[in-house]
Amino acid sequence: MTREEVLEKLNEVFRDVFDDDDITVTDATTANEIEDWDSLSHINLIVSIENEFGMKFSMGETTHLKNVGEMVDIIIERAK
Amino acid sequence: MKELEYPFDSAYLLKKRKSIKREILEKIEISKSSGAKILEKRIALLGGSTTHDIRDMLDLFLLNNGIKVDFYESEYEQYWNDVMFDNPELVEFKPDIIFIHTSTRNIKNFPTMRDSRESVDALLTEQFAHFEVFWQKIVETYKCPIIQNNFEQPFYRLLGNRDVWDYRGKVNFVSRLNQKFYDYAENHENFFINDINYMASCYGLQKWADPFYWHMYKYAMCVDAIPEFAYNLANIIKSVYGKNKKAVICDLDNTLWGGIVGDDGAENIEIGQETSVGQLYSEFQNYLKAHKDLGVLLTVDSKNDEENALAGLNRPDSVLKPDDFIVIKANWNPKDRNLLETATELNIGSDAMVFIDDNPAEREIVRAQIPGVIGAKVAVPEMTAPERYINILDRSGFFEITQFSSDDLSRNEMYKANAERAKQQASFSDYGEYLLSLEMKAEIKPFVPIYMSRIAQLTNKSNQFNLTTLRCTQADIERVASDKNYITLYGKLEDKFGDNGVVSVVFGHADEKDNTVFHIDLWLMSCRVLKRDMEQAMMDSLMIECKSRGIKTVKGYYYPTAKNKMVKEFFSQFDFEKMSEDETGNTIWERTVEDYQNLNRYIKVN
Repeated sequence: MTREEVLEKLNEVFRDVFDDDDITVTDATTANEIEDWDSLSHINLIVSIENEFGMKFSMGETTHLKNVGEMVDIIIERAK
Repeated sequence: MKELEYPFDSAYLLKKRKSIKREILEKIEISKSSGAKILEKRIALLGGSTTHDIRDMLDLFLLNNGIKVDFYESEYEQYWNDVMFDNPELVEFKPDIIFIHTSTRNIKNFPTMRDSRESVDALLTEQFAHFEVFWQKIVETYKCPIIQNNFEQPFYRLLGNRDVWDYRGKVNFVSRLNQKFYDYAENHENFFINDINYMASCYGLQKWADPFYWHMYKYAMCVDAIPEFAYNLANIIKSVYGKNKKAVICDLDNTLWGGIVGDDGAENIEIGQETSVGQLYSEFQNYLKAHKDLGVLLTVDSKNDEENALAGLNRPDSVLKPDDFIVIKANWNPKDRNLLETATELNIGSDAMVFIDDNPAEREIVRAQIPGVIGAKVAVPEMTAPERYINILDRSGFFEITQFSSDDLSRNEMYKANAERAKQQASFSDYGEYLLSLEMKAEIKPFVPIYMSRIAQLTNKSNQFNLTTLRCTQADIERVASDKNYITLYGKLEDKFGDNGVVSVVFGHADEKDNTVFHIDLWLMSCRVLKRDMEQAMMDSLMIECKSRGIKTVKGYYYPTAKNKMVKEFFSQFDFEKMSEDETGNTIWERTVEDYQNLNRYIKVN
């Protein structure tokens, strides 16, 4: 999967989870830019991404994710 | 909504919860505008772990049952303190139900290898007392039903296989604590166990109790398991509020047996112990037959010549016999038409039925053709493969039992007896003579403890002969029964064909300001005793009681719903005067007590 493909699929998940079709995520997107992205919805976001890509984030990764770009890095790394 | 019926796609529900909720709320608005009644309830979730996603999922499943909920969530692990120290926020919330979401993670002290048998027993008593005082406090303060999780098995076994039997083992300790919970449930009304131990084992304990979710988010289970957990919990709640189904209507060919009886002949269909497929269908027939003891009515809706259908059911190795069904419709009419006719014959709504058919086309027709709104529509489970039939029906929870009365055991016989009465009626030209021939005897008395559960059940199940459609939990019923300002009456009717059990419930209260005025809060009757003079007998008893209490005026209320038109003019037959009617059709009626003459002519009372 290319980085663009991963981002595109991720974008779908974000739109579903936050029920907002105007969302467009980039590598630099953080929780600050998405209004409903708080610690509770973060759980659902992570689980939905895991289900979408058929992978799991480790505890360390879940805690230290800084932005969407880092999510993409991990997803691509797992797919190898 | 199909997405919310078992078996559902958990990942999909978790991800799309927001848009699903939007969609379902829109549907509810539409059904409201067509007159459907949506229950509004307040539920407190008192968690020993995070409840956020549980709330979201529970919300969806309950909305799908026509129950709109306001939630209260305790702060993390504050379940005990919120109740014991009267958190004002919770007190003010006035919950209709309290759900206690604890798990094995909340057991603070487990036995160690250094403990003696006695010290483990003491530990067990102490753990149980922690919960018992808490439940008692809820009963005192909130007087509402309690739903309490049991404990799932621990996710590791320090002693290996020995853990299960050694008194120092965690597995052993959890099992003993669970048993104490069950003993409590057996001896307390309005207390229900949410069996997470069973849910965890169905899901797979290893995945369920994944420590990641506890340490990361303080969830007692993995997030992917939450929809199944919430569905199971929603089943209890919807059952408490009388949303259970009442009847099964099932197809025959490839549903109750393998093969097509019309083509293959009764001798060649697969049922009985000869083949594996036959055994599978026998197991399913046994499962369905056991529902008769729960008070679930069984009926048939099959595209067959009747003689072929009966030949199949009359096979000696068929578990279900023609006699097990109250109605058998085996013909070539559309199945939806048969279903509606069956509902009418049984005097229940089509929304109280579960349609079981292996044929996807028939299921689609029934879904599309039978009218109904969200929370009140015929259930059509996806019966895809015979080896999954039991699992799908069982987990769907159509008949989740929260109240069980001896009436349930004999409900099928009662309906059979009704068919006998109908025959007898046909042989009388005069209806009065027919009623006399029934030799009816009624017991009409104030509520007594043995019938509380049946009375609560009736207030939740009766739709047609129900003047105010006031739904009550058993706790509500117990409260009015013990309140001196209330007059409560149950009516039990027996005749020569059998005992109908408790079939009518009435209660009301004296006016707070003027105790010579009495308000009828609830009046209902089971439709299986329509036109038997039972309502006259009830009114006579009510008036006698009113008179003895010095009441001068009785006020009656009728609140229309989609289903209770038959009692719109109920009070006029008793010479009540209509005092007012508002734009929604709510009417208020009034009559004096002094000049009331008894009306019942055919029933011997008490």
